[in-house]
Amino acid sequence: MIDLAPILAKFPTVKHDAAANALIVPQALALEVAKWLRDDPAYRMDYASNVAGVDTLPVEKKTKVKQPDGTEREVVTKKPGSMEVVYHLYSMALKHGPITIKQVTTRENPAVTSLTPIYRGAEFQEREAFDLFGIQFEGHPDLRRILMWDEFKDFPMRKDYVEPDDYEYEPTPHDAVLAKAKAHYPKASTSTEAAS
Amino acid sequence: MTLLPTNTSFAADEGLRSELQKAGVFVVSLEWVYNWGRKSSIWPLGFGIACCAIEMICTAASRFDLSRFGAEVFRPSPRQADLMIVAGTVTKKMAPQVIRLYNQMPEPKYVIAMGACAISGGPFKQGYNVLKGVDRFIPVDVHIPGCPPRPEALLHALMTLQRKIENQRTLGSDARRTNPAYRGENRECPIPEFGEHDLVPPYNPEVWKPHTIVREA
Repeated sequence: MIDLAPILAKFPTVKHDAAANALIVPQALALEVAKWLRDDPAYRMDYASNVAGVDTLPVEKKTKVKQPDGTEREVVTKKPGSMEVVYHLYSMALKHGPITIKQVTTRENPAVTSLTPIYRGAEFQEREAFDLFGIQFEGHPDLRRILMWDEFKDFPMRKDYVEPDDYEYEPTPHDAVLAKAKAHYPKASTSTEAAS
Repeated sequence: MTLLPTNTSFAADEGLRSELQKAGVFVVSLEWVYNWGRKSSIWPLGFGIACCAIEMICTAASRFDLSRFGAEVFRPSPRQADLMIVAGTVTKKMAPQVIRLYNQMPEPKYVIAMGACAISGGPFKQGYNVLKGVDRFIPVDVHIPGCPPRPEALLHALMTLQRKIENQRTLGSDARRTNPAYRGENRECPIPEFGEHDLVPPYNPEVWKPHTIVREA
């Protein structure tokens, strides 16, 4: 595993996410950190192998807390959602890696700094993240949809995406397909009319 | 290959015909000769859109040898092709091009939907970006299940199509009624347009709408 301490020492605003062993980089600093990682002789992270978007929905958790007088009270804890872009950097020169760096942004107005000026190979992958998550990459040279067509308005990889209702008849629907199928069952009144 | 005409319109004495065959004279209907020529030289359109195409290429190569069935002339242009082998996943972004290619083929034209994706959407059926079967958009003659189908399955589909061609009416008054290629109607399929959420039919939107399911409770 690569020692991340020198990066954290050089950039005090970069946080370390211990669970994912990732660096959480503030957007204003992203280009600078990436450039330093690429050029520093100890790291030479010259290859961005993977760019991924991560969407997390806000979570609302209800827990019952016992009051001192014996009654129960409901406590609602809210966790805000987030949109993340994860980069995996490797070094071809020194044959080590990966270093994972993350940029965290909001779900409402997702925008991060593009690392395409540093890693040209990130261009298409950032376009894909823009296409499927709707994340704006500031400083990207050619931010267009790459997989879906230009007229498309939705962002299909978002957790709250609702796919078009082009349901097809299936003889034995189950789970999600059954839920979809039920929307196409005739309404109760019409079915009794048909029966009579 | 059967030498005898299989359609019922041809009336000749069976005994006389077999006697003539022994003498090297074959009595068949003109329609049979016509269909025989057509089924023995199907020119497929050389286009593959996913991994099934690898199997299609394999079928055309020496080990399975599609030319045994006279269908080895893969054409790079739809104007010269009789058969469209939809070999692979048809994504919504690709669908207009596939349907346009079909429209550009001359009559009579046939379609083989090859593989789970082409016939139903396959593993991508629940997704947002793949057609739930290409037969929603163009008329398909033979469906091949499999993921991907073996080359033998494609050969079987081709033989099935040959049987279909063999039995089709091309002459006579009921050819117009039974053979869609001879109906003289406009067989052009509507090319879907890119919408904001999904493919949008250019006209007659009811055709693509999911139908109401009537199911016993």
